[in-house]
Parts: sequence; structure tokens; C-alpha cells
Amino acid sequence: MIEPMIEVKGITKSFRTTRALAGVDFTAEKGAVLALLGPNGSGKTTLVRILTTLLRPDMCRARVAGYDIESEARALRSSIGLAGQYAAVDELLTGRENLELVGLWYHLERSEYRRRAGDVLDRFGLLDAGDRLVKTYSGGMRRRLDVGASLIGRPPVLFLDEPTTGLDPRTRNDLWQFIEEMVADGTTVLLTTQYMDEAERLAHRIVVLSEGSVVAQGTASELKEQTGGARLEVRVTRREDLNRAFGLLSEFGDGPPHADVERQLVSVATSGGTAALIAVGRRFEDERLALDDLGIRRPSLDDVFLALTAGPPASTAHEHAPVTTTTPRD
Amino acid sequence: MAHLESHPHASLSSGSGPHAAVRYLIRDVGGVAKRNLLRIVRTPQMVVIGAIQPALLLVLFRYVLGGAIRIPDGSYVNYVVPAIFLEAVLIGGMTTSIGLAQDLKSGIIDRFRSLPMARSAVLAGRTIADLSRSVLSLGIMIGLGSLVGFRFHASAWSILAGMALVLSFGYAFSWVYASIGLATRDPETAQIAGILPFFILMFASNAIVPVATMPSWLRGFARNQPLSVTISAVRALLEGGPAAHAVWQSIAWAAAMFVVFFAIALHVYRNNVQ
Repeated sequence: MIEPMIEVKGITKSFRTTRALAGVDFTAEKGAVLALLGPNGSGKTTLVRILTTLLRPDMCRARVAGYDIESEARALRSSIGLAGQYAAVDELLTGRENLELVGLWYHLERSEYRRRAGDVLDRFGLLDAGDRLVKTYSGGMRRRLDVGASLIGRPPVLFLDEPTTGLDPRTRNDLWQFIEEMVADGTTVLLTTQYMDEAERLAHRIVVLSEGSVVAQGTASELKEQTGGARLEVRVTRREDLNRAFGLLSEFGDGPPHADVERQLVSVATSGGTAALIAVGRRFEDERLALDDLGIRRPSLDDVFLALTAGPPASTAHEHAPVTTTTPRD
Repeated sequence: MAHLESHPHASLSSGSGPHAAVRYLIRDVGGVAKRNLLRIVRTPQMVVIGAIQPALLLVLFRYVLGGAIRIPDGSYVNYVVPAIFLEAVLIGGMTTSIGLAQDLKSGIIDRFRSLPMARSAVLAGRTIADLSRSVLSLGIMIGLGSLVGFRFHASAWSILAGMALVLSFGYAFSWVYASIGLATRDPETAQIAGILPFFILMFASNAIVPVATMPSWLRGFARNQPLSVTISAVRALLEGGPAAHAVWQSIAWAAAMFVVFFAIALHVYRNNVQ
């Protein structure tokens, strides 16, 4: 049976007049990564703060690692690790001292936390810098130390609040690898992020938050399907060819095409894959219709994100418009 | 037990019985104290700069204003230096509020609060570390005081009791500073807010001039407020006069301040909402 490590039912939280969370439900299974995706102010951090017992919800039933977040908060804290947006490490301590103290506060025995601090320094490539004061560390090193500190207790559930915000691509990639390794060891991770590539790379399940509510959840591909499937897209070299391209594509697509006059693009929903792409290419060649670009475009998670969190869904942008009325001249 | 077995990490911190709980509390507090002591050791300039302000006050009162102030019985230097001892400790204590506000802002308190450590440990460990800073600055002020002509006239035990009283008042007051730091959550605001109680207690008191010279409406407060009774007690202990009454008053004030502000600080810390 699959064991839920994070179970959330109906979390609400208001700060004075603003409603930060308006009834959020989701579950995360053991050994899975759940990404909370949402723009700034959507309630991601509030949710993490509630689940890590830093903040009391107005209403909620939630369990983390099997413990109730309100009545069993103390025991819960032994089973979680938290790394935040801001590296919460002490600048005037060495990396090793930071880690050892966190181990002490997880109530590990001295020999144990010393060993684990060494392990974490090693794993995060900080062994050489371990006995230097943290104030001499680069931003990426601090962030690695911060994530490392959250692992000292070997918690079964890990909360990472925008762990890679502001990191360079290489450090980001390293962190992603660490997270994947931890998950492979059975750790459950709740990750908040604004980056689609991060969610897509790491998350088994994505919960999209907007203004304190869940607007969608599922795997990355399920979310993409909600926004629409693959589209065949051509860009004509000459604007006057738009009308003909529109006519040709309507023979291949699963629905009416859509034209973007400004960018000289015509696109149509397709399920034909590469075969359709080749057929369209041949046909355009036969018709001697010059193209700058031809391809199949799948919706990115960015499209999903924008569609779900910013007013009207993206599908309205794909609505077919009769080319005759939108083409300036033919 | 079946429940616990499925959470091997919980068993680490649960221990068993009240004995284990006390042991973990002491370890938690010790860890926080260690962290803050390391910070003090690694910023020695803070201790030195922290001593400059009370040293300037000492020179100001001893040489600039002291000539104009007449003390009924005894020398002004022996009158003002015990007050400077307390001032030095209270000025040093402001780092408690600034430091806690800084920790709140940096997010390190969030980490502490997400750990299974006792919630009072963050505050207790910090105030204990700051107590050691008070010992340092008190030592510096004793040296400077004797340079400007202050002399002890009591037995060693009496002097030690006087120093203990200065430190215990300083420790109780660090919980006032802790509450201010936690409530303001911003280092700059904490600094400005922290000066207020210090100023009020320092100037509306018997620290610099005898209360008898003040208008009658002020005398009642100036004579009985916690800092004044503590200064009276310390003076009596260092001069070798009858001290018992003032000492008990001072201890009562310190105990009351400790209890009230410990509760306030812990409440604010627990319910910290960002």
C-alpha cells in the first residue's frame, strides 16, 4: 500500500484582511517529490510554514510523516527538515559547527552528529571549506550548507522552499542531483518553486497554487494535456502566403488552424506526430510555399503555469481566427 | 510503540521520562549558548566597542558633571561608579534585542523553530551567552573605575554579592531586551526601542544625582523603580553599609522582571507570525 507522508485537508489561513490560503488539499506519497508551483504571493511559503509548524493555520487537518501538525508538533519536528529561501546558517560559525549544532538540536548523540556533519560536508562538496567561517562562503556554498543542515537529522520528509532561487545554473544542477539522490533513498520532498524546469525535472506530482487555492494538480504531462496537446506550427517566409498556409494546414489538423499575422505563424492541433510533420513539409514544398520554420510544438509547463495562474486560459490564445479578417492584405 | 517504530527518527528525540526531557533541554540550551559564545569570541571588537559608551559616561559623570554634584555623605566617584557598572551591563544587554531581531530577519529562527529543540532554549541560551558578555564588560568597568579613583570599602563577600546583584539584574533585564527584539523583528527598530527603557530607568533614578534634588512628583518613581533600588543595594554592598533592605527589593524586582518578561518573550517567540 502506498503510504502518504504529507496529507493536507482544507488548510485555510488569513492574515488580517488578506486570505493567504483558501482551503488547500493534497497528499504526497512516500519517496515522492511534490512541487508547489505558483507565482509570488500564491501562498506557497505560508503553506510550508504551516506544515513545518512555524505558523498555525486557521483551519486544517494535516499530517506530516504520520503526525498531526497541531497536536503532535514536537514529534513532527523530529521527522522533518526545512531549508528556506534564505540560507539560514550562521555566518560567524564554520560550516562544520553549523551542521554539528543542528545535529545536537535533533537530539543526536555527539559521535553521531559529528559523523553526519562530516558526511554532509563531503556529500555537498564542502569538505575543504568545512572549517572556514561561513561568511567566507559564496552564495551557492551557503545554500548547499543550508540544504545540508536540513539533512542532518535524516528526516523522512524534507521541505525545500525555493531552494534554487538565485543560484547559478551549475549549482542549481548540483542541488537537483542531491535532491534526486535523497528521493532515491526514500525521502519525501515538498518543494516550492517558480521554475517550471525545476518542477518538471524533479516533481512526481505538481500542485499549482494561485491566490491561495489549488487550481490544478497532476503530473507534468497531465497538466500539459489540460492546456492542450501538441500543435503543428509553420512560419511562412512571405506574409502574403499566410492565407494559403492556413488553408493547407486545415487539411492536416485535428481542428481549425490559428494564425498569428504579426509573427507570420499558422498552427493547428495535431495528433499525427512526425508523420504529419513530414507530410506537411512535402505538401508545402510541392506548393512552392517558402517556410522559415516548421515543427511540432508541445505546450511547455510555462504555458500551463501562465494559463492556470494568470486569468484567461491559454487556449483562448489558440482560438481560430478567420485569416481573411486578420490578414492586412492578400 | 508500533506507532513509534514506524518513525525511527522520533525515538531519537523522545527519549524516555522527565529525566531525558531535562537532559535534552540542558543540551539544547547549551548548544544555543555555545553558538552565541562563539559569535562573541569571533567579534571581540563588539565587546571593546561596547565598553566605550559606558567608559565615556564614566568620564562624563566623574569629571564633567561630577564637580557640580554634591553627595551628602561620601565621594561622588564612589557614588556614580556602581551606577556605571549597571549601565555597562544594560548597554551590553541591548545586543540581545538586536541579535534576536537579526536572527528573526535572517531566517535562522525559522530553522530553530522547525527543529525538535525546546522552544525556550533559543532564548535561554542567548541570554546566558550574553550574561558572559556582561561579566566581561563588568570586569572592564571595574578596571576603569579604579583608574578614575573608585575604591571598594567592604569585605570581599560583600563585594562579590554586589557584583552578583549587578549581573542578576542584568540577566533579568536581558529578558526585557529579548521581548523587545522579538516584538520589533527588525535590528534597527530593536536598537531604538531598546534604548527607551534604558534611558527612562537611567535618568529618572538615583544613578547620577541623589533623588532628594528632584521634584516631588518624580521622587516616588525615581526612588523605587527597579534600577534605583538595585543601585542603592550595590552601593551599600560595595561601601559596606546596611544593605539588606535594598538587596531584597532588588532581588524581588529582578525576579519579577524575569518571570514576566520570560513569559512575554516565550509567548512572542511561540506565536511569531510572519
